[in-house]
Amino acid sequence: MVRASNEAVIKVRDLVVGFGDAKVLDGLSVDVFRGEILGFVGASGAGKSVLLRTIIGLLPRRSGTIEVFGLDRNATSEAEREGMERRWGVLFQQGALFSSLTVRQNVQFPMREYLKLSSRLIDEIALAKLEMVGLSPDVGDKYPAELSGGMTKRVALARALALDPEIVFLDEPTSGLDPIGAGEFDDLIRTLQRTLGLTVFMVTHDLDSLHTVCDRIAVMADGKVITAGPIPAMLASEHPWVKAYFRGKRSRVAAATAAQNIG
Amino acid sequence: MAHEAVIEGRLTGNRLAVAAAGRWTVDHAGELERKIEALVARHRGAAAGVDIDMAKVERLDTFGAWLLERLVRGFSGTGKEARVVGLPDHYRGLVEEAHAVNRRALPPVRNGALTTALAIVGRRVSDVGRDFVLIMQMLGQVTAIGLKSLVRPWSFRFTSLVHHLDRVGWRAVPIILLITLLIGAIIAQQGIFHFRRFGAEVYVVDMLGILMLREVGVLMVAIMVAGRSGSAYTAELGSMKMREEIDALRTMGFDPVEVLIMPRLGALMLAMPMLAFIGAMAALYGGGLVCWVYGGISPDVFLARLKEAISLDDFVVGIVKAPFMALMIGVVASVQGLEVKGSTESLGLKTTDSVVKSIFLVIVLDGLFAMFFAAIGM
Repeated sequence: MVRASNEAVIKVRDLVVGFGDAKVLDGLSVDVFRGEILGFVGASGAGKSVLLRTIIGLLPRRSGTIEVFGLDRNATSEAEREGMERRWGVLFQQGALFSSLTVRQNVQFPMREYLKLSSRLIDEIALAKLEMVGLSPDVGDKYPAELSGGMTKRVALARALALDPEIVFLDEPTSGLDPIGAGEFDDLIRTLQRTLGLTVFMVTHDLDSLHTVCDRIAVMADGKVITAGPIPAMLASEHPWVKAYFRGKRSRVAAATAAQNIG
Repeated sequence: MAHEAVIEGRLTGNRLAVAAAGRWTVDHAGELERKIEALVARHRGAAAGVDIDMAKVERLDTFGAWLLERLVRGFSGTGKEARVVGLPDHYRGLVEEAHAVNRRALPPVRNGALTTALAIVGRRVSDVGRDFVLIMQMLGQVTAIGLKSLVRPWSFRFTSLVHHLDRVGWRAVPIILLITLLIGAIIAQQGIFHFRRFGAEVYVVDMLGILMLREVGVLMVAIMVAGRSGSAYTAELGSMKMREEIDALRTMGFDPVEVLIMPRLGALMLAMPMLAFIGAMAALYGGGLVCWVYGGISPDVFLARLKEAISLDDFVVGIVKAPFMALMIGVVASVQGLEVKGSTESLGLKTTDSVVKSIFLVIVLDGLFAMFFAAIGM
């Protein structure tokens, strides 16, 4: 396992986000350390995706601070913010591939926009990225509408990794995949995280993912992170929701298989 | 600059020693690529082997790893020995990954300009044929379902029909009124302006009456309906297709043509004659106003002249065409809507196609009607 350092690349303090009268996040604080895979869990509607979207700047916040790479999002200049956005990649739940571009053009899009590189290098790197996420080069000329769910996720991951980001945000990366496909995707995330030294911020419901790839898990409820820590800490927790989640009927199977894999 | 990507080569005997340093990352990939290209070009001939010392590289990412791999392949591809030494352990995985990829050359796509042009023309021609078949299919389906609902009227979706009648009929009235009023006024003004030279202003009323009732009124309304409602139909059906709503209907045992398209078509065919009538009246009104204000033809004279100039035939010729044009617009819009594929781009494309094709076909239909009515002497 890659040792996570103590440097927090994302530092969220007392974050409040709301829509109308409702507060979805209410005084949330969390740290994400460099080189770790942090999994976020919580009941549906607990605000996991809202947190992700707020950190990457798609949703406005009411108060609180978000520091990414030691820079406060609110206190940065336009140029600093662009630099910040170049250093992370996002995998959206539905892939969010540009439907009018081919797979290869999708992966190349951030490179073409941000970098002055020869088109030969861009082509080679795009194909290399596609191969790294486990796709054959012929997929490059297909359009997103022609891809299966698993392939869409892989292409979206390749696009998220296009600029070799330091952080990747994954919004339910394995949802909609069959267990085998989800397992492969987990392994892929693990491998890429090791080879590229990524920090991974992952929103997920997949207990298998939590057991096999996450270094730490943060549990959200009532607009806050109620507890965070590695799997053993989750299994030992006495909080009713955490207990129901990690020691429920569905979870025991996942824990057993994970234990088998490790042993 | 300390943060540059550095690469230097020194030839000792026939062995090339390459020293790499600095940041081999995405931000320096452009300059690094040029340096590597230059290095490979300069030493490819002389060097029999190459040692690449990566020990001083501060940072390496996929871009750097791939460029290193390209450097290695630049020499090893010509049968020379290339060794990478001093690579920090934590980058080993990345370099191995880069070593494994891009092994298979993609077959180059070879297309001459002429072939491409011919292919495009061919595809367009076959598309025209395909469109014709699809429109005929839809007409057939619609007719079959229409006959079925004659036998079993309760199977027809009246609520949906009323809803769509409100959307494409009632709500279209203001814009149709405004535009046909203006067109009537403009035609009257132009007519008076030019007829005045012959002292024949009063014949403007004949022109206005016949033109508006027989041709222009209904054609203008059809074009507006195609732009306003036909495009909406295509976009709605297309989005439903994209979100698999149409497939869902099918699996529940409903025919999307019956559930979605019939009420829309029915509403359009009912609304069009009414809109054409309203449009013709508004055009005559606008023309009459201009005749009065600009041409000095008083309303009494205008009405008396109009009565002499037009017959019931002119009115019938105009209004009879309206439901057929509506059918054409509706069928084309539905066909295009169901043709939408998964991408957002295809939705836009099909909506454009729907409007362009339905306007074209409406005009063709108008021409056929003109020949038909001339033949039967109306």
